[in-house]
Amino acid sequence: MATHTSDKKKYLVGIYDHEETVVSAVKKVQNDGVKVDEVYSPHPIHHIDVYIGHPRTKIPIAAFMFGATGTTLAVTMIVFMMRIDWPMIIGGKNAFYPPTMVPVSFEGTVLIAALGMVATFLVSNLMGPGKQEFMFDRRTTDDKYALVVDLDKNTKSIEEIEAILEKHGASEKPRVVER
Amino acid sequence: MAEAHVHYNLEERYVFTPEQKKKLLMGIGIGAVLFVIGAILVYLGVGSHEAHGATHEGAKGTAHAGAGEHHYNPLTRIWANLWLNGTFFTYIAAMGTLFVAIQYVAYAGWSASIRRVSESFGAFLPFTGVVLLITFFVGGHDLFHWTHHDLYEKGTKTFDPILNGKSAFFFAPLQAGSFPLFWFIRLIAYFGIWYTLYTVIRNNSVKEDYITQKGDFTYHKKNITFSAIFIVIFGYTESTSAWDWIMSIDAHWYSTMFGWYVFASTWVSALAILTLAVVFLKDQGYLKMVNENHLHDLGKFMFAFSVFWTYIWFSQFLLQNYSNIPEEIVYWDERMEKLGGVYSPLIIFNVAVNFIFPFLFLMTRDAKRRSIFLKVTAFGILMGHYLDFYVMIMPGTTKEHGGFFILEIGTVLLFACSFVYVFATTLAKTNLIAKNHPMMEESLHHNI
Repeated sequence: MATHTSDKKKYLVGIYDHEETVVSAVKKVQNDGVKVDEVYSPHPIHHIDVYIGHPRTKIPIAAFMFGATGTTLAVTMIVFMMRIDWPMIIGGKNAFYPPTMVPVSFEGTVLIAALGMVATFLVSNLMGPGKQEFMFDRRTTDDKYALVVDLDKNTKSIEEIEAILEKHGASEKPRVVER
Repeated sequence: MAEAHVHYNLEERYVFTPEQKKKLLMGIGIGAVLFVIGAILVYLGVGSHEAHGATHEGAKGTAHAGAGEHHYNPLTRIWANLWLNGTFFTYIAAMGTLFVAIQYVAYAGWSASIRRVSESFGAFLPFTGVVLLITFFVGGHDLFHWTHHDLYEKGTKTFDPILNGKSAFFFAPLQAGSFPLFWFIRLIAYFGIWYTLYTVIRNNSVKEDYITQKGDFTYHKKNITFSAIFIVIFGYTESTSAWDWIMSIDAHWYSTMFGWYVFASTWVSALAILTLAVVFLKDQGYLKMVNENHLHDLGKFMFAFSVFWTYIWFSQFLLQNYSNIPEEIVYWDERMEKLGGVYSPLIIFNVAVNFIFPFLFLMTRDAKRRSIFLKVTAFGILMGHYLDFYVMIMPGTTKEHGGFFILEIGTVLLFACSFVYVFATTLAKTNLIAKNHPMMEESLHHNI
């Protein structure tokens, strides 16, 4: 690990005490020309992704794709079972009766869409069971809010950014964290 | 992202301009004229599928009309149309209050700025009440098979043991086959209770506009209580009224989900009307504080309840269709194969327009936030659920003589324009915005 220190990226972490301060800091810091990488907080903050400038999530598209896959799978299954493999006559209807496919294809759609969305979320966030997530500051799981600035993406010097973070309400001196 | 505090005009009032009045009155007039022309045509036997049925399905039709069937009165189609529109708009009017009541009980703040709009629906209740009463007295005998007294005379050829078993539901405490007192009392009670609670909730809401002390929640708290009462009562009476008014047309048949089915259909229609009203008010420059976030919520409501309606409709259909029990399947046979197939295209179209259309149209977030999408979908949903009611009521009443022609267009035009007229008049009477709503700030900053 030690040989790869030069590959590590440098981040500047500003700590804030309140939700309102960090939300207003995100806007003001960006107005001052600093690109904010991410905000870590103990709870979800409404629209913080919009304030940071993250692009909108594409997970609905994944949901639709997985849902369509699920519908197709379920319909294929029913068609195979009721038309090819083992036709059965129920209630005097044809062995292959389209309305009866609806409940199964609905369940298939929901199942595959749900599982697919979880998988998409885990993969796109590089998460998984048992994985230790890197934390910029452990206190963000308790009562602090961390505003993280990626130094590679900013042209300003560390001192300048530090000053800007502190000007907009950072409760302690921003630290440099390597990741 | 409405971060900057904008000051909205909370004092604004909707002005029901003479021009709009003129347009609506013209709509009512044209509707009335079409209704009369259609009624005359129906009386003369023109414009129905009767001739069509006689040539193609004549043999089948006469074989179907066995002993015990009553002679078809051509005027039935007029009563059926009045009944269809009367019940449809009754439910929509009552659902406006239900929307308000749900917002109160759920302590919902986002809808505070559009509360007055849905509050004004209920003013139409007395009108439809009168229509239903008159239609029942004039055409009840043609509409409802169960009103025929010879069904309940034991030992005769026309005696119907199934309806005789159900007769107490209509006729108690009187003798079966006489005046349906129990049924009639319920009809009066529904309108009485719904209209009273509507008036109480609306009056309290209006009084809240004139409170002198800021932070006076008296009327708000009162309305929460009345809303809870309304929701409980409406939950039951909506179901029973659906049995009384619509399911009893096919008196031999029953469905345990019929109350919800009617609820789902009319609730999504009421939401569509609410959305249309809000969007049109915004187009005219009112309701500046209602932005795409509020529209998004209304869109979600329409989307969700379109799916809910489909769920109910399909559950009712699949269980009865697949199990194929004679006493249940008769309802679907009438709509799908029998009666000359008059109604079979409608039932497919019904699902398409009420499910597939809103489902695909309102699926994305952006669609729900654009007023043009909402306008198109809300209008489609409204048409679709009117058609749904048509498929509920017409096959049982007009049988193979039904159709969609001048009479139908005239009646719906008459009712829709009257509804909008009464709604707009009521809306213009008070402030357009419930300005002292305790959660008004939340509505102004609504952001999703």
